[in-house]
Amino acid sequence: MCDTCGCGSDADAVIRRPGQGSGHHHDHDGHDHHHGHDHDRGHDHDHHHERRERKIGMEQDVLQQNNLLAERNRGYFEAKNIVALNFLSSPGSGKTSLLEKTIPQCKGKFSVAVIEGDQQTTNDADRIHALGVPVVQVNTGTGCHLDALMINRALKELAPEANSLLCIENVGNLVCPALFDLGEAMKVVVISVTEGDDKPLKYPYMFHEADVCILNKIDLLPYVEFDAAVCRENAMRVSHDIEWFDLSVRTGEGLDAWLAWLERKMAKR
Amino acid sequence: MHEMSIALSIVDAVDAQARVEGAGRISRVELVIGRLAGIEPESLRFCFPAAATGTLAEGAELDIEEIAAVAVCGACGFRFSVTFPVAECPECRSLRISVVSGEEFVIRSITIEEGD
Repeated sequence: MCDTCGCGSDADAVIRRPGQGSGHHHDHDGHDHHHGHDHDRGHDHDHHHERRERKIGMEQDVLQQNNLLAERNRGYFEAKNIVALNFLSSPGSGKTSLLEKTIPQCKGKFSVAVIEGDQQTTNDADRIHALGVPVVQVNTGTGCHLDALMINRALKELAPEANSLLCIENVGNLVCPALFDLGEAMKVVVISVTEGDDKPLKYPYMFHEADVCILNKIDLLPYVEFDAAVCRENAMRVSHDIEWFDLSVRTGEGLDAWLAWLERKMAKR
Repeated sequence: MHEMSIALSIVDAVDAQARVEGAGRISRVELVIGRLAGIEPESLRFCFPAAATGTLAEGAELDIEEIAAVAVCGACGFRFSVTFPVAECPECRSLRISVVSGEEFVIRSITIEEGD
């Protein structure tokens, strides 16, 4: 399994539409392998003639393969005037529920398509499919995050409309997905009040990367030890310009501000 | 744990480069990892031998240079070292700092043994 490049011996990310079986779908056509690179053969040669060893300078970014593909995805979004948002959170913070409440509100304003990421099952894609919008599920198998190649392949299957909103729901994990650019316009991190208000400090890389933070389940605030102001302050320490929304997907409280922000983003393209 | 997929992508890159060079095997891989790169060098050391199995990098020594992180204060311009992406300027107490080094994650070189 190579989740970064996907071209290893058993690239096991599977892309499915709701209702489809788990047939593997390894489409390696059309993705270029940039494994080679330019370098100056004349430098950094340590000669150990007895063992015939040679040192070769590489100076190659380890995430280069992912980052190049992410930029290709970004170019695709730009050409089709698509706004792509990468939704990130711990498992169970309410990413899918947030999309279930958000998507019906977009009807008549702009089209929405969704890429769902989970290790297994099409449960989330089935929930989105029930809303009547195009969706594909990426099952990462043992992988703990989506990467740019998975999105590249999913886009070919999904073929999202021009001028639309693309919601990418990442694997529930506050650690690994922070490192992998998918080509999105913005990262939206979701936390809920049943988690700790120090979460932004415990997982600083994720919050540092995020552009937007949604605090969900605020209807439960009276019942839990969670200080929303402290949580927000902690998030601002890690990401000074983060956009912040307090809301409850269940009751609908605070959703208007989030939807208004989304509409502004779609209008500003 | 993303270090395994990272290890696989490193192996992929160095194996490809070694093949271009006509290597018989890779004896050493030199990496540079910034302290704020989000990578645990120890996890990577643990994953690397398994990731390298069956490639030219099998058995290669992994040499990791860790780079300290430096931030600059956006308010007063003071430069200081940091160990966390969140920091307060020790001079003026501003939180508006930006990290200027320590996020590197680079394959610096490989040492190959020539093929026959």
